[in-house]
Amino acid sequence: MADEKERLQEIAPPPMAMLAEVTHRCPLACPYCSNPLELKAAAQELSTEEWADAFRQAAELGVLHLHLSGGEPASRRDIVELVSAAQEADLYTNLITSGIGINEKRLDAMVDAGLKHIQLSIQGVDEETADLVGGYKGGYKRKLQLAEWIGARGIPLTVNAVCHRTNMASIPEMIELALTLGAGRLEIATVQFHGWAIENRSQLMPTREQVEATTQLVEDERKRLEGKLVIDYVPADYYATYPKACLGGWGRIGINVDPTGRVLPCHAAESIPSLEFENIREKNLHDIWYHSSSFNAFRGTDWMQEPCRSCDRRLVDFGGCRCQAMAIAGDANAADPACHKSPLKDKMVEMANTAANSGDKIEFVYRGR
Amino acid sequence: MSEANTLTRDSVPNLLPGVMMKHDEIRERTVLLAPERTLALDGTGIAIIEAIDGKSTVSEIVHELAKKYDAEVQTIGNDVVAFLRDLINRGYVGFTDGG
Repeated sequence: MADEKERLQEIAPPPMAMLAEVTHRCPLACPYCSNPLELKAAAQELSTEEWADAFRQAAELGVLHLHLSGGEPASRRDIVELVSAAQEADLYTNLITSGIGINEKRLDAMVDAGLKHIQLSIQGVDEETADLVGGYKGGYKRKLQLAEWIGARGIPLTVNAVCHRTNMASIPEMIELALTLGAGRLEIATVQFHGWAIENRSQLMPTREQVEATTQLVEDERKRLEGKLVIDYVPADYYATYPKACLGGWGRIGINVDPTGRVLPCHAAESIPSLEFENIREKNLHDIWYHSSSFNAFRGTDWMQEPCRSCDRRLVDFGGCRCQAMAIAGDANAADPACHKSPLKDKMVEMANTAANSGDKIEFVYRGR
Repeated sequence: MSEANTLTRDSVPNLLPGVMMKHDEIRERTVLLAPERTLALDGTGIAIIEAIDGKSTVSEIVHELAKKYDAEVQTIGNDVVAFLRDLINRGYVGFTDGG
């Protein structure tokens, strides 16, 4: 029994973080939005009380960090109450925002309610590019204004920048912008091809040369800015040797709750058709985390096929991203095709190359438009 | 040269905004929370974090801890500086130059 308990601890430790997608509504329309293609309507969203209950359950389960996200979380009228509820549950609360819909008064109310950290997305290093990518005129100026207000209040700020082929050359400027805005942290994430990004793959896919140059640049800049700016970087994996340890292992670290209360191991998990998801309106979070078929689907190593099953790195990268395996291998139990051991590695590189070299004309398919 | 390397015994360390200690009841340990970061602290780590008040210099913190734990200033001093430099690099701690 003790062994069984230990094994369970190992494959299903208590979760550290909850990503609460409190709404899918958003004034922006980024062509790489990670929300699903079918966006949930406002009428289906969890109520303030339902979210408050979810936060309490999360804290009892071991969650320390809460990320209020969306869509645009400030599109919820009760965003201040949601922050209060999270504070009451003793969670460390982070707001992931586009910056639209937050004036000074609302910012103060959220800070008073216990907000600890703000992540502000920036879609480009100048007004024209940023507003083109975000699909929202005037957005860039509002973001800069919000960053100034955040700085004046001494709230830790992270700048979130999604990088892709059309903006990778301007990462040095993005780093300078983050410093100018007083950010302590910069998150540079290469676009992941789930959701809306798949629709825009040929315009977003970086070239191998770009990926290599960016990885080197980030390494150098981290050294230069040590103690000044923390840079977290999610590299592209199409041309890599090993896959990313997606989520740090399925059902090991985080819980994702969608606007309607569905509980997912990852925000892209819906792309795996064999999975069925539980709803927090019907089941408690503890049961879902430990006993649901979706969270247990890819825990441990029993589900793995070769080459993962006998691989030395099976507990290092956990077979890579399940959604990428689904998307490219057509099998969520297969090795992530980003891995050099995958029989589909060549196909994946070829696909990336084709997309990356398909011209520079920008005609985005915008989210929800 | 990075800033972290300029931490001296006269520097005054401070926890950066948004950084806080918390007892993690589920895992029965104390952690340091920061934006997107969690660091599990051992007894020494807790003692160092508790001694950071935004006024005391590294040297004063070292002496306080040496007295409290009846340990050699030299040994504790090296541990404290190494620990703080690591926390500065990881975005938990900042400092101003004293003296």
